[in-house]
Amino acid sequence: MSRPVVTLASIKRLSEPERPKIKASSSCASASDPRIADHPCYSEEAHHYFARMHVAVAPACNIQCNYCNRKFDCANESRPGVVSEKLTVEEGLQKVLAVAAKVPQMSVVGIAGPGDSLAGASAPKTFALFKAVRAALPDVKLCLSTNGLALAEHVPQLQELGIDHITVTLNAVDAEVGEKIYPWIFWQGRRLTGREAAQTLLERQLLGIEKAVQAGMLVKINSVLIPGINDDHLPLVHKAVQERGVFLHNIMPLISNPEHGTVFGLAGQPAPTNAQLESVQEACGIDAKLMRHCRQCRADAVGMLGEDRGQEFTSDKLPAQAQINHEARHLYRSVVAEERADRKAAALRADAALALAAHSPKRRVAVCTKGGGRINEHFGHAREFRLYDVDATGLSFVGVRRADNYCQGGWGEDDNMEAILKALEGCEAVLVSKIGRCPKDELAKAGIDAVDGYALSYIEEGLSNWYAGLALPARISA
Amino acid sequence: MAYKIIASMCTGCGACEFECPNKAIKESDGVFIIKADKCTECEGAFDTPQCAAVCPVDDTCVPA
Repeated sequence: MSRPVVTLASIKRLSEPERPKIKASSSCASASDPRIADHPCYSEEAHHYFARMHVAVAPACNIQCNYCNRKFDCANESRPGVVSEKLTVEEGLQKVLAVAAKVPQMSVVGIAGPGDSLAGASAPKTFALFKAVRAALPDVKLCLSTNGLALAEHVPQLQELGIDHITVTLNAVDAEVGEKIYPWIFWQGRRLTGREAAQTLLERQLLGIEKAVQAGMLVKINSVLIPGINDDHLPLVHKAVQERGVFLHNIMPLISNPEHGTVFGLAGQPAPTNAQLESVQEACGIDAKLMRHCRQCRADAVGMLGEDRGQEFTSDKLPAQAQINHEARHLYRSVVAEERADRKAAALRADAALALAAHSPKRRVAVCTKGGGRINEHFGHAREFRLYDVDATGLSFVGVRRADNYCQGGWGEDDNMEAILKALEGCEAVLVSKIGRCPKDELAKAGIDAVDGYALSYIEEGLSNWYAGLALPARISA
Repeated sequence: MAYKIIASMCTGCGACEFECPNKAIKESDGVFIIKADKCTECEGAFDTPQCAAVCPVDDTCVPA
């Protein structure tokens, strides 16, 4: 059967074929729900195939968070609340159409700020852009992220637009904790501060969440883990949102580099270590549906989750009239459907391989991928690593560890090895498509085996075979 | 009596323009400016000037 990949040059670069899902994987919520089956942020499985874009039409905000400083922007930097240029609704639509024309994987258009998508000045723009996108690209899902202060009153409008999933950032359900995170909110013509601000915010957030769930939306909660402030509190947040029927709870690490100029950054508030993040995720996640593939994207991110193609679509580069190839978009979806079926078969093979190693201990391992669920990234090009725990019962996806040195823009530099080794902490091996001799030796010194013997295989199948020792790890050629 | 916006501090987010009860605020070159003749410092309408209350950068919307 011939596969229609030819028309989809960009697909090939981004997303090689897919990957199987393993029985013990803990990462994926019910991706079969049609509302989010192709949503890369809501479905770990889908993020191997589909891309999203955030359209920065909502610069105004209605609260201040101590981890946010909207004045700072570096194009090489990835974090929420940051954009390179803010867009009018017309410019936003033009950008969406340009991306749809060039990136057939795009399945979701979201608004995530850089302020709040539902703040007073933002909401009219958010709804205008959604209406325009809905008319131009009916197959694209609309998605929105909000701090929740103004959510409750907008639920009917969101429903009217057919928005069936939203994300709310909720960091505390106790004003005593919240007041350490939010210095003020703007509410009904007044700036509230201190406990009153935090209390009002959390009440509005919980009400908004309840109303959205009642309206039949899938609600995802993002919580920022701030060590010493809400780490012990997040299990309570988790309980509160579970009781309200949210679909996913995503706990993300605080980003607090002092050079970003945030209150937390300047005060020396540390970001959580990987171990701290994992321990809180575990504390919350016993029966939770967590999503560990989150990349904490910029508010103008474009592309597959691990990459950002925003710089290809800045205003000066947008065509006046983008030619959307609807056929290519449909073809891409049919390729994905085929790959997903193939991946299921590979998952069964992976389970069989694991069964051979029934008495081996749990091992942590990292993988380099550039999409499609395969071990297909050169170590030297990897900007992030996917970590898995493997034992005989299956794989569990631990999360994504980034190791890019964005502010210096460099890669493959000696000084970056330090960041990589930190990202790979606790791993005994890293599975790559290729690796040079020098980095391989350096990894070996740190006790990490670099393995290219499973290049191009599905992640789960490669990991299972590696674990079961079914094929010898290749010795690396320079 | 009017407020002004310190242009070098303005992020251009437009929150103030939306909240201003007098339509005294307009965008100009990516930042926002207050038309002094329209600004009432929100007297009679709100407890505090709305631009200053909603602005994300401290000391950016200030008495002219």
